[in-house]
Amino acid sequence: MNVIRVMTGNEACAEGALAAGLSFFAGYPITPSSEIAEELAELLPCAEGVFIQMEDELASIGAVIGASLTGAKAMTATSGPGFSLMQENIGYAIMAEVPCVIVNVMRGGPSTGLPTLPSQGDVMQARWGTHGDHQIIALAPYSVIEIFDLTIRAFNLAEKYRTPVILLLDEILAHVSEKVVLSDTAVRVIIDRIIPQEAPEAYLPYRYTQNLIPPMAPFGSGYRYHVTGLAHDETGFPTNDPVEIEKLLFRLQDKIIRNRDDIVQVEEFLLEDAEIGIISYGSSARSCRHAIRQLRAQGVRVGMLRLITIWPFANVKVEKWTKNIGKWYVVEMNMGQIAREVEAAAHGDATIFGIRQINGEPINPEFICQKIKDGLNV
Amino acid sequence: MFEYEKYIRKNKFPLVWCSGCGDGIVLKALLRAIDSIGLEKENVCMVSGIGCSSRLTGYVDCNTLHTTHGRAITFATGIKMAKPELNVIVITGDGDATAIGGNHYIHAARRNIDLTVIIFNNFIYGMTGGQVSPTTPVGMLASTAPFGNMENTFNISGLAQAAGASFVARGTVYHTVMLEKLIKKAILKNGFSVVEVLSPCPTAFGRRNKSGTIIDMMNEQKDNCVTSARAERMSERELEGKTVIGELVNIDRPECSKQYRKLIERCRSGL
Ligand SMILES: Cc1ncc(C[n+]2csc(CCOP(=O)(O)OP(=O)(O)O)c2C)c(N)n1
Ligand code: SF4
Repeated sequence: MNVIRVMTGNEACAEGALAAGLSFFAGYPITPSSEIAEELAELLPCAEGVFIQMEDELASIGAVIGASLTGAKAMTATSGPGFSLMQENIGYAIMAEVPCVIVNVMRGGPSTGLPTLPSQGDVMQARWGTHGDHQIIALAPYSVIEIFDLTIRAFNLAEKYRTPVILLLDEILAHVSEKVVLSDTAVRVIIDRIIPQEAPEAYLPYRYTQNLIPPMAPFGSGYRYHVTGLAHDETGFPTNDPVEIEKLLFRLQDKIIRNRDDIVQVEEFLLEDAEIGIISYGSSARSCRHAIRQLRAQGVRVGMLRLITIWPFANVKVEKWTKNIGKWYVVEMNMGQIAREVEAAAHGDATIFGIRQINGEPINPEFICQKIKDGLNV
Repeated sequence: MFEYEKYIRKNKFPLVWCSGCGDGIVLKALLRAIDSIGLEKENVCMVSGIGCSSRLTGYVDCNTLHTTHGRAITFATGIKMAKPELNVIVITGDGDATAIGGNHYIHAARRNIDLTVIIFNNFIYGMTGGQVSPTTPVGMLASTAPFGNMENTFNISGLAQAAGASFVARGTVYHTVMLEKLIKKAILKNGFSVVEVLSPCPTAFGRRNKSGTIIDMMNEQKDNCVTSARAERMSERELEGKTVIGELVNIDRPECSKQYRKLIERCRSGL
């Protein structure tokens, strides 16, 4: 049975998380993400899960990682300043391979910036916020129903690849109310982490398995092992052996890179006959859809490659489409963070322009139409 | 004879600690306490931060988690709330717990979450080579206080007491029998429990401050400490310059993870 509801993006995120099996949330209030915590404070105890408001975001991500190690599906939600505070332990979750979901409802920055206004300024921080070489998975939904679906997907990817997954929303998406049709729970795919089958004595917590993702035993289930953020070998204990260090760091890299096809999602919108392409994501992509309809009504053939997965970057798709279409606009509420990635992937095959706005106002469709039409006359 | 081997990961030896470091004595007392309570290793989770003392978790055969600097209590809070049946013990240094992790320390005490926090107070940053700590006594030398520490210090135990901890005690590596008893009590206590252990660092603190050998440093503990029972009968003047050891706080307050389970029950019964 499908259920029809009206909800905000933040509500959809909270409910999507519960649908994915969330059993632990720790967070610290910050606009525009607080409604996710408020919603879960009420819903989680009734679902026999734990909600806890921590003393800050450093504590929130720590508690989330701790809970996940006991087998819980765990999440936190924050915005720019809090996301900055979480960075060290996001790296810990990558290194120790602890599944968790971090929601960042983006607002204008830097610093306290624009607490109540939207931005897409944290895209690169999601990629490189924590120190050291690493891979990260980040998703960027663009509607309320997609927030629900991608929150579930964020948990599924976190569990499948034993890694933190970042869900990038923004102030517009968080607070917009939309009618959503929630699909039948029976058809929803829920992925749980693989747990070891071998006896505790034979368990190697960071074993090099064929799929590069070691089974994960919850703390307290009889498997006694060590977890550290230091470089470690298959046993989980620290090592300074260059061979072991390289093995670990490449495995962490490869488990994501080799599964790009499974992780990376894009939407190809009216691209087949397009002469001009747009690349966008999140709430900016909503404006792009409107702009494309308006431009097409005026005879300008525009299409869009919408990034649903932001990281890893959709190199293959961008490469393919920039070979087919020579002129591209990257529409984003920042100074061109994704435009640079597009340029790198296009290898000079196409001309890339940016349509950007960082003043706290959403990029409206008319602005996009105007920029593209101005470009037609040159 | 107590069999340490039942509880240690012997293949991880030798220990990273310097010879003469007090931390090994605390490890022994901790293992004896765990054994005397009869805890199953499967149900013990040890969580540490970063520092010499925090390396302890690597050596104990239970669920062990070596986290980031200052954050051990936050990871432990997540573990305890998600799986309250685990006995969660936090291993931390004075810098780890009261400088970078000070906020988590007082909030965990306020929440009164059932963690046992063992703070290895060596009055210095050991791991990074002897920088000044929030507990370095005024006038003492550190690599970042080459003219002597000018700042006031934290009273680690007093901080926990003021913030609402259920159990607070101070011990030393000289008074090992007492230390084992204090740790045992702390683990058994339902609520936030702290044992501050004065654990000398001959390398990063002792050498610079000319404290002598580890024997000298332990003798100083013997001479300088008075038990809390005896301290009660001493005047303020008599107590000057002395360190009070033993049980300092033991009170009953509602515990965080249990209160939360009650809430789940309430939601289930629809009240
Ligand atoms: C975020 C961060 N800042 C600084 C450090 C460097 N660091 C490692 S251990 C340490 C101090 C440890 O002192 P203490 O907690 O007293 O433990 P001890 O080594 O004395 O046992 C510092 C500053 C770090 N690892 N992480
Ligand atoms: S530096 Fe000090 S605290 Fe660290 S192992 Fe050596 S003696 Fe112990």
